[in-house]
Amino acid sequence: MDPILQCQSLTKEYNHFPALSDFSLTLERGQIVGLLGPSGSGKSTLIKLINGLLTPTSGKVLIDGMAPCTRTKEIVSYLPERTYLNDWMKVREIIAYFDDFYANFVKERALEMLERLGISPDARLRTLSKGSREKVQLILVMSRDADLYILDEPIGGVDPAARQYILSTILSNYNENATILLSTHLIAEIENILDRVLFLQNGQLILNHSVDEIRFQQKKSIDTLFREVFQC
Amino acid sequence: MSWTLDNDRPIYLQLMERIQRDIIAGVYQPGDKLPSVRDLALEAAVNPNTMQKALSELERSGLVYSQRTSGRFITEDTEMLTQMKKELATEHIQEFFQKMEQLGFSRAELLTLVTKAAEGEN
Repeated sequence: MDPILQCQSLTKEYNHFPALSDFSLTLERGQIVGLLGPSGSGKSTLIKLINGLLTPTSGKVLIDGMAPCTRTKEIVSYLPERTYLNDWMKVREIIAYFDDFYANFVKERALEMLERLGISPDARLRTLSKGSREKVQLILVMSRDADLYILDEPIGGVDPAARQYILSTILSNYNENATILLSTHLIAEIENILDRVLFLQNGQLILNHSVDEIRFQQKKSIDTLFREVFQC
Repeated sequence: MSWTLDNDRPIYLQLMERIQRDIIAGVYQPGDKLPSVRDLALEAAVNPNTMQKALSELERSGLVYSQRTSGRFITEDTEMLTQMKKELATEHIQEFFQKMEQLGFSRAELLTLVTKAAEGEN
């Protein structure tokens, strides 16, 4: 079986400015991976390349052995950093829309999570708070039986109590063969759920290690290590 | 409520210690079935792979054993549990001694203090 994600000498330049340069990475199935790096380090560029929203200047992205295409979009569930849902729609309508759109969407799971979070399926998106809207979006993404979940800042906009719930939503909904790649600045809050972390700096991969390896060798948390590596 | 974990030590080690403590404290009785990896991981708010690793290590130490289809169980070897309880107590006592030595107490002074504290005086 092919690795779920392979990047081979991936490079993306914007007007000759390299946002990602000669980036190589292989991710196996069944792990939760943190994509960490300061603003402008290339996290979003990488995520967009994987989702086929950008085309590489050179190099390759392979998802389950395939270049990004309709087929890979079936197995990748993507949470972008910004919402793209129509805010005049009711939550129930958006769920029906996703159910229509994705063969691997599990409607019951979405409804159950909504109920647990106390969000009414009959509410219009527009009437919900920013935090609730983000929760709806995450619920939609995690209700798909995908092979690769890509979550861009999944806990950025919600309060600390809801973060805990969102993390357990992520933990309880991913199956053992799926891989989750998530980017965040809130390292301390998520490091316990990560298997592995990637540090990006100026478009290059400068670290790719398991969390417990780092803690064992450096005797410090990922959060502390991050602050040291990227000290301003 | 997630488990309290230090952030400068490997997570799986801390999970092992916590489960070990729960077993010794009788939260889980000898022969009891442990919750599934996924449920334990959710309860602790950690990655299921890390919980899996902690449980495998506990299995290796003999404290839990797995039955292929029905899950993981706490050992029924009560002797082993007693032994482990003693070891853990010794560890705590050593740690206590170290701290008290740092404060400048001799063992004799310490014993007097401890006896008094146990009798409820100060």
